[in-house]
Amino acid sequence: MAVRNAIFRLVLVLFAAGACLAPGGGSASGGFDAALVLLAGKSAKKRMAGIEALAASAHPAAAPILSAMVDGRLYYRKDDKRLFVVAKRGREFDLFDPVAGEQAGTAPSKSLKKVKVNNRLRRAIRKALAGLNLTHADRAIRLEAAAGLLKSADPGLRPALVAALEREAGGDVRAAMELALAAVDIGPDSTPAVRIAAAERLGASESPEARALLGRVVGDAKTDAAVREAARAALQQIEDRLELYRQFGAVFQGISLGSVLLLAAVGLAITFGVMGVINMAHGEMVMVGAYATFVVQELFRTFAPEFFGLSLAVAVPAAFLAAAALGVGLERSVIRWLYGRPLETLLATWGVSLVLRQAVRTIFGPTNREVGSPEWMSGAMELAGGVAITYNRIWIILFSLAVLAAVMAVIRYTAFGLEMRAVTQNRPMANAMGIRSRKVDSMTFALGSGVAGMAGVALSQIDNVSPNLGQAYIVDSFMVIVFGGVGNLWGVLVGAMSLGVVNKFIEPFSGAVLGKIVILVALILFIQRRPQGLFAMRGRAAEL
Amino acid sequence: MRLLDLKGRIFLAALAVLAAGAALLNLALPESAALHVPNYAVGLIGKYLCFALLALSVDLVWGFAGILSLGHGAFFALGGYAMGMHLMRQIGERGVYGHPELPDFMVFLDWKELPWYWHGFDSAWFALPMCLVVPGALAFLFGWLTFRSRVTGVYLSIISQAMTFALMLAFFRNDMGFGGNNGLTDFKDLFGLDLKDAGMRAGLLLASAAALAGGYLLCRWMTVGKFGRVLVAVRDAEQRTRFLGYRPEHYKILAFTVSAMMAGVAGALYVPQVGIINPGEFSPANSIEIVIWVAVGGRGTLVGAALGAVLVNYAKSFLTGAAPEMWLFVLGGLFVAVTLFVPKGILGEIPGLRARWRERRDGHG
Amino acid sequence: MNTMMSRIRNLAAAGLLAGAAMVSAAPAMAETIKVGILHSLSGTMAISETTLKDAMLMLIDDLNKNGGLLGKQVEPVVVDPASDWPLFAEKARELIEKEKVAVVFGCWTSVSRKSVLPVFEELNGLLFYPVQYEGEESSRNVFYTGAAPNQQAIPAVEYLMSEDGGGAERFALLGTDYVYPRTTNKILRAFLHSKGISDDDILEEYTPFGHSDWQTIVSKVRAFASEGKKTAIVSTINGDANVPFYKELANQGVMAEDLPVVAFSVGEEELAGIDTAPLVGHLAAWNYFMSVETPENEAFIEKWHAFIGDEDRVTNDPMEAHYIGFKMWVQAVNQAGSTDVDAVRQAMYGQTVPSLTGTTALMNVNHHLSKPVLIGEVQDDGQFEVVWETDGPVVGDAWSDYIPESAKLTADWTYPWVCGNCEKPMF
Repeated sequence: MAVRNAIFRLVLVLFAAGACLAPGGGSASGGFDAALVLLAGKSAKKRMAGIEALAASAHPAAAPILSAMVDGRLYYRKDDKRLFVVAKRGREFDLFDPVAGEQAGTAPSKSLKKVKVNNRLRRAIRKALAGLNLTHADRAIRLEAAAGLLKSADPGLRPALVAALEREAGGDVRAAMELALAAVDIGPDSTPAVRIAAAERLGASESPEARALLGRVVGDAKTDAAVREAARAALQQIEDRLELYRQFGAVFQGISLGSVLLLAAVGLAITFGVMGVINMAHGEMVMVGAYATFVVQELFRTFAPEFFGLSLAVAVPAAFLAAAALGVGLERSVIRWLYGRPLETLLATWGVSLVLRQAVRTIFGPTNREVGSPEWMSGAMELAGGVAITYNRIWIILFSLAVLAAVMAVIRYTAFGLEMRAVTQNRPMANAMGIRSRKVDSMTFALGSGVAGMAGVALSQIDNVSPNLGQAYIVDSFMVIVFGGVGNLWGVLVGAMSLGVVNKFIEPFSGAVLGKIVILVALILFIQRRPQGLFAMRGRAAEL
Repeated sequence: MRLLDLKGRIFLAALAVLAAGAALLNLALPESAALHVPNYAVGLIGKYLCFALLALSVDLVWGFAGILSLGHGAFFALGGYAMGMHLMRQIGERGVYGHPELPDFMVFLDWKELPWYWHGFDSAWFALPMCLVVPGALAFLFGWLTFRSRVTGVYLSIISQAMTFALMLAFFRNDMGFGGNNGLTDFKDLFGLDLKDAGMRAGLLLASAAALAGGYLLCRWMTVGKFGRVLVAVRDAEQRTRFLGYRPEHYKILAFTVSAMMAGVAGALYVPQVGIINPGEFSPANSIEIVIWVAVGGRGTLVGAALGAVLVNYAKSFLTGAAPEMWLFVLGGLFVAVTLFVPKGILGEIPGLRARWRERRDGHG
Repeated sequence: MNTMMSRIRNLAAAGLLAGAAMVSAAPAMAETIKVGILHSLSGTMAISETTLKDAMLMLIDDLNKNGGLLGKQVEPVVVDPASDWPLFAEKARELIEKEKVAVVFGCWTSVSRKSVLPVFEELNGLLFYPVQYEGEESSRNVFYTGAAPNQQAIPAVEYLMSEDGGGAERFALLGTDYVYPRTTNKILRAFLHSKGISDDDILEEYTPFGHSDWQTIVSKVRAFASEGKKTAIVSTINGDANVPFYKELANQGVMAEDLPVVAFSVGEEELAGIDTAPLVGHLAAWNYFMSVETPENEAFIEKWHAFIGDEDRVTNDPMEAHYIGFKMWVQAVNQAGSTDVDAVRQAMYGQTVPSLTGTTALMNVNHHLSKPVLIGEVQDDGQFEVVWETDGPVVGDAWSDYIPESAKLTADWTYPWVCGNCEKPMF
C-alpha cells in the first residue's frame, strides 16, 4: 500500500515538475481547480484528497492556500464555493483571492464558511508545505520545510529532497535536509546498507523525531538484523546523551522553580524578615501585581496594540507602584498600630487578605484573566528528545536575580537603605539620630509590597491570574524565608534555589505530590538541626 | 486561683443550658411549635461546640505556653479521620458495591484487601482511643523534636504550618488509602444507632457539650496550679525559666500533647455531626482560622477562646446565607477591627474595662 | 424496609409541614416557589461556580418574566458554601430545612456532592448536579445533568484512535490526584486494554491540586512520545492547574498535530485565561460548545450577554446542563402540578428538552441524561470548533461497564427496580 502510494506520488511529483515547466498547462491547472473544489468539500476525506492534489499540482498558489488553511484563515463562499483567505474585522471579513493573488473586497462573515482542519489534515498540510517549500527563496522557510519532512519521513518526497539538497550549499538548512533524508532512508523501502548509514546519521542528531524513528526500527522484529543492531547502537548513543541532557534539564527546571520561589519570597523577606510582620496578605500583593499586569496589557490592547511587546516592561513599574501604594495604605492604617506584636499582625493581615481577595473578585470577576506573553518570551530552545529550555523561564530566572540584586542595592547603597537598617537594628537609637522611623517603616513596607507586586508580573506569565493566585504561594514563601534564615536576603536566594533544585531531582522518582511532601518533612527536620535557618542572624534581631 | 471562678461557672452553666435546652426543645416539642429547635440548628450548635473545644486546645498552648501553632487543624483532622474510619467500617455491606469489608472508594480503585492501618477500626474500643492516641502521638513527636531543639516563635509557627500542609498533600493522595480528596463520607451509624436519627443528633450535641466542659475543666486544672504557673513563665521568659532550673521543653511537650488530644476529640465529635471528613481540614488556612477565633475571643482566657469560635462561626454561617457576595468583606473587616480596637479579644478586655469602671467610680466617690 | 420507614416519616413530615403551612404561613409567603442555588462564590472553586450561579439567576429571571411557575413567581435563594465541603452540607440543610426550597441546583466537585448527598437523602430534597463526573452513583434525590464517563472519556479516546484523530497508539493519562481522574483513568485503562493497547503504552501521572510547575511532567511526556509510536495526552487536570499546564505546553512547543491533548475538564471558561494561539488543535470532549450554531444556542448566548452585561463572557457545558436541568424541572413541576419532590421525581422520567446543540436531551430512569458527545478543537479565539460528534444522543451510564464491581449494578428508579445500585429488582 505504502509503496503504491509512493509510486503514485512520485508520478504526481514528476508530472507536476513537468507542469511547472509549462505554466498554464491545461491538465495541471485542471488538477489545481479540482483540488480547490475538494478543499471546500464537507468531509475530511475530501479535504484530505484536496490537500494531496494541491501539493501535487505544485501551483504557485498552493503553498499560500495551504498555509492559510492551517492557520484557520481559509474560507469558502457559501453560494459559489470559491476559496478566500480572510482577515477578520468583527462581523466583516476582508477577502483575498489566493488564486488570482489580489484583494477581493469585503463580505459579511455569515456568507462565508471556514475550511475546517483537524489534526490529521494539519499533519498532511505541514507535509505538503514542506514538499512545496523545499526550494523556497527564504532560508527560514526552507529550514521549516526540512523540519517538516523529518517529521513526516515520507519516501515519496525523497527525489524532491535529493534535488533540493543538491542546490543547498551548506549550513543549517543542509544539515536539516540531510537529517530529513536519513529519516526517509531508514524506512523499510531502502536497502540495508542505506538504512545502516541513515541510522548512524540519526544517532548523531538531537531531534526527538530521530529517537522516535530509531525506536520504531528497533521495535520492528521484521527488520534486517544488521540494520536493527545499527539502529540499537545509534539509539543508545542518543539515550546516553539524553541522560546528560536530562540531568541538565532537571537543574535548569530546579533553578527555574527556585526563581519562582525566590520572586514570591523576596518581598516577604522584607515585610516579614526585616520588619517582623507576619504578612498573610503578602500573596495578595503578588496577586495585585498580576492584575496590574492585566490592566496594563488591556490598555496596550486598546490604545497601542502595535507596542504590545513592551507591555511587560511597562507592567513591572506599574505593578510595583500599585502594590507599593497598597502597602503604604495598609501600613498606615493597620500595621502601624501593631509593631512589636508580630502575632497580631497575622490576624489583621489575614483579614486584609480576605478582603483583598473578595475585592478583586468583585472588581475583575471570579474567572481567570488572560495575560499574554510577548513574542520574545514565547518558545523554547530544544536540547534533545523532550528536554527544552523555555525562554519565559530564562527571563523569569534573570528577572528574579535582577529583583534580588536591586533590593540588595537599595538596602546597601541608598540613604533609605541605611535608615532602614538603622531602624531595624535599634529603633530608639535611630530615632535619637534624627531618623523618622515612622516614615522609614512605611517606606520599608511599601518596598516589600512593591517587590511582591513585581513578582506578580512574572507569575502572571506562568500561572493563573485569578483571585486565588496569592494563596498558592504564601505557604511556600514562608518556608523559603524560614529555611534561608529570617532577615537574610542571601538566605532567601540559597533557600529558594536549593528547594527548587532538590524538588526537581526528587520529582521524577516520587511524583509531584510525594516530592513536595518529602521536601516539607525534610524542612521540618532541618529546622530541628538549625532552628534559625541556613543563615542565622545573630544578636537581638534573631529574637523575633 | 480556684479551679472554677465566676467566669468559669457562668460558662459551664450557659453551656449546660444551651445544650440541654436545644436537645430538649428539639426532641420534646413538635415541629410546628414556636419554641421548637429545628434539626439543622441542633447539628449547627453541635458543630460550633466542637470548634469551641478546638479553640480551647489552641488557647491552652498559645495563651499559656506561648506556642503559636499554625497546624492545630492537623490534630483535629486526625481525630476526625480516626472516627471517620470507624464510621466507614460500620457501614459494612451497605456500601454501594455491597463489599463486606472494603469501603466503596477502595472497591472502585481496585484495592484487594484492607490496608493494615485500617484493621481494628471496626471496633469502637480501638477506634475511640485512637482519636486521642494518633493526634497525641504526632504532637508528642513534633514537640519532642522541636521544643528540645529550642525552635520557637515564628519558626515554630511556620514549621507547624509545614506539618499540616504536608499532611494535607499526603491525605489528598489516593494511594494513601484514606479516600483522597473525597475523604470519608456516606456514614450510616455509630454504636448501632442511625446517625440521621434525631435522638442520635441530640446525643452527639450533648456529648460535644460534655467534651467542651471536660476540656475546659482540664485546661483550668492545668493552668491554675503550679504547672500552669511554670507554663506562663515559659511563655513570658523561657530562658529565665530554664536558668531557674525548670525544663521548659517538658512543660511545653506535655501541654502541646494534651492540647492535640483535645483537638482530636473535637475532630472525632465533629465528623459524625457534619457527615464528612476530607483533607481540606488539614489546609493551613483552616489552622489560621482557629488561631483567629482565639484572638477574637481573647487569648489566654479559655472561655474567650470558646466564645470566639462560636461567634466567628455563627457569623460565617449567618453571613454566607444572608450576604453571600459580601461576607468576606465583613469577616475580614471584623478581624482587622478586632486586632486594632479590641487587641486582647472580647473577654480579654473585660478586666481592663472593669478596672476603668472601678477607677471612674472611685474617682467620683 | 428502611425506605418504607423513611417514606412514612417523610409523609408524616410532609403532613406536619402542610399543617404548619395552613396555620402559620402568611399568604405572601405562599406566592413564591423557592429554588436553592448552592454554588461556591468564594474560595478555590468560585472561579468556576460563580458563573453557574449567574446562569441560574438568569434562567429564573427569564421564567419569572414569562409568567413564573404554577402561577407563582420563582425566588432564587443564593448561599455561599465557600469551597468548604462540610459547609456545603450545612448550607444544603439550611436550604431545605430552613428556607424550604423546592429544589436545589448546585455543587461542582465530586466531594461537594458526596458531602451533601446524605442531607438530600435524609430530608428527601432534590439536587440537580450539572458537572461531568466519574459516575458510580445514582441517588434517588439527585439528577445528574453533566456527563458520565461514557458520554465523554470513551468517545474522546475512540476519536483519538481513529484515523481522523491521528491514530494514537500510546496514551499519557495526566490528571489531578482525586477521584474523578482516578476513576476515569481506570475506566480508560480497561477500555484501552480491550482495544489491545498494553500497559507499556500507557503512562499515568497525577499531580496535586493547583499544581503550577509542569516542566518535569511535560518533559517526561515528550520523551514518552518520542519513542516511536503515535502518542496522545488525555488530560483530567482540574481547574487551576490547567492554565500553567497549557502555558508550559505552548512554551515547550508541543504542537497539537504531533502530540494532541484531549481534556475533559477544560471548557471555554478555562481557556479564557490563556492565549490560545499556540494551542490550536488540542481537543476537548463535552456535550456542548459555545460555538455550536443553532438558533437555541444563539438565543441563549444573547440572553446571557444581556443578563451579565458583558459581551466577552463565554458559555460552557455545565451552563447548558443547568439550562437543560432547569427546563426539565419546570416541565416536571407543571406536569405534576406541584413542587412536591416525590411527584416531581416521577414526572422527571422521560422528560425531554431541546438541548442547545440542536438535539433532544432525555432524562433516563437512572437519573442521568441522554445527550450527544461532541469533540471540539481549540481555536485561536478561545473557542472550540466541533470536529466530531456522535450520531445521536448517548445514554448516560451511572455504573461503568469497565469496572467489574460496577458492571453488574443497575440504576433504575422506576418499578420494579426502584434502586440506584442493585443486582436485582427490589420488587
